Amino acid sequence: MSVLIYIDQADGHIKKASYEVLSYGSKIAEQLGTTAEGVVLGKVQDDLAGLGKYGVKKIHQVTNDNLAHLDGQVYAKVIAQVAEKTGAKVIVFSNNVDGKAIAPRLSAKLKAGLVTGAMALPDTSNGFSVKKTVFSGKAFANVAINSDIKIIALNPNAFQVTEGAGTAEVAAFEATVDAPKVKVTATNKVTGEVPLSEAEVVVSGGRGMKGPENWGMLEELAHLLGAALACSRPVADAHWRPHHEHVGQTGLAIAPNLYIAVGISGAIQHLAGVNRSKVIVVINKDPEAPFFKAADYGIVGDAFEVLPKIIAAVKKLKGA
Amino acid sequence: MKILVCVSKTPDTTAKIAFSDNNTKFAQDGVQWIINPYDEWYALVRALELKEKDSSITLHLVTVGGADAEPIIRKALALGGDEAIRVNADNHDSFYIASQIAEVAKQGAYDLVFTGKETIDYNGSSIGGLVAELLDLPYVALATKFDLNGTTATITREIEGGEEINEVQLPLVVSCQKGMAEARIPNMRGIMAARTKPLKVVEPVAVDNLTSVVGFELPPAKSGVKLVPADQAEELVRLLHDEAKAI
Repeated sequence: MSVLIYIDQADGHIKKASYEVLSYGSKIAEQLGTTAEGVVLGKVQDDLAGLGKYGVKKIHQVTNDNLAHLDGQVYAKVIAQVAEKTGAKVIVFSNNVDGKAIAPRLSAKLKAGLVTGAMALPDTSNGFSVKKTVFSGKAFANVAINSDIKIIALNPNAFQVTEGAGTAEVAAFEATVDAPKVKVTATNKVTGEVPLSEAEVVVSGGRGMKGPENWGMLEELAHLLGAALACSRPVADAHWRPHHEHVGQTGLAIAPNLYIAVGISGAIQHLAGVNRSKVIVVINKDPEAPFFKAADYGIVGDAFEVLPKIIAAVKKLKGA
Repeated sequence: MKILVCVSKTPDTTAKIAFSDNNTKFAQDGVQWIINPYDEWYALVRALELKEKDSSITLHLVTVGGADAEPIIRKALALGGDEAIRVNADNHDSFYIASQIAEVAKQGAYDLVFTGKETIDYNGSSIGGLVAELLDLPYVALATKFDLNGTTATITREIEGGEEINEVQLPLVVSCQKGMAEARIPNMRGIMAARTKPLKVVEPVAVDNLTSVVGFELPPAKSGVKLVPADQAEELVRLLHDEAKAI
């Protein structure tokens, strides 16, 4: 018996979400009185043994040319082999794009109950139940997993990374790896920008910004804060900003430490995508904007007057 | 070529979220029901566009739900599609629902199964992957573009900080999100036609639920906004640094 953690990587680098699931899965192992093991697919440049500081004791690495790109069908079959060999009873993924492609497949393959969007450690006092977000962040559900093997996909930014001492034993795992059916013909990455789903700080603009030509101020603020840019739905629909920046119920749901909303009124659909943010700042000239009710800090004022002052203050703070 | 689009009934995006029966059930009083937006705007409309380009395509819809799901599936048929199948089962987990869809897909020998990326109520984001594994088919999650050339699908999917272009041979399962298509409104002709389109009701196959909802809770209310005067905007930066420790 063990807790098996899927260590997600891209281009040989461990993703931030993996540190979260390693910390989370190791805590579950502690809770159950068992050991945490990891599985990583493909070659990795980062130090795998060093991941032991998050509590994982052993890491199974499968390297094979067929694993060069994500094909959930191939990946799930390999992880199932590792799960079987290690006798994993709990398998943990990040609920990120790759987790969403693999975890459900593994659930069907192993007939293992799956909870996606987990927010907290499982409650094992009476059975095994996991708290997850439902209704697009407007509520939580406690979901019991009734199968022998349990799979949890943890929401990004929902669990504090904890570091201790220790190194993990890294072992090559011999697995049957099928040829992928999904062929990757191109990858387009926005370079030099913080991916929105992983960002600690997000600066977001709405219709109150009046037009795409006014985004310079938001870009400058985001740059100073190491933040990702986001926008409301009307802004994406009007093609002021690309669709992948749209956060809200029908866009991306995010949970950064700090969300700064400028010129966004805070319609319920927008809030659904951002209400898991730890600190929310709203800048809007309409004091009746519903967003103020969901905010921690607010400024009632014209963005075009307020933003330059904030930018100047951040520059001073950062000594730039 | 046969396409199956999975549609689900969800509360309207502006519905008040509250719970009854000691927080074990979603309070349905006064709630408007809609087609899950991801199923409607992206999965269904993209499938309709494919059918409009190639009239030989047969397009079926499937839902797993009680008789109360029928107005929703009629509404979906008003947008388009040849017929709908309702698997007569209510209140089950994702694995159960996916097993029913997989059975329908197997019986109908579909070349392509579309789902929305998630429902806006349970936010599981797992039906597509479950169905694909049960059918042993490839699956592309979180697609933002989809094109067909013969039996080769070219799909753009979201990855962290960008996108990836995939090429996959049919048959295939795809979960759809923003970018796939633009929302449509059904016209009167569509609404009239939907009334007489076949809506088959089939009984579920026996499957165990692997998970069950024990109870719901609402997030704690925010303690209230701290307002900073607009002419002292720099004070906000100090608060975020010293008090919230967020920057």
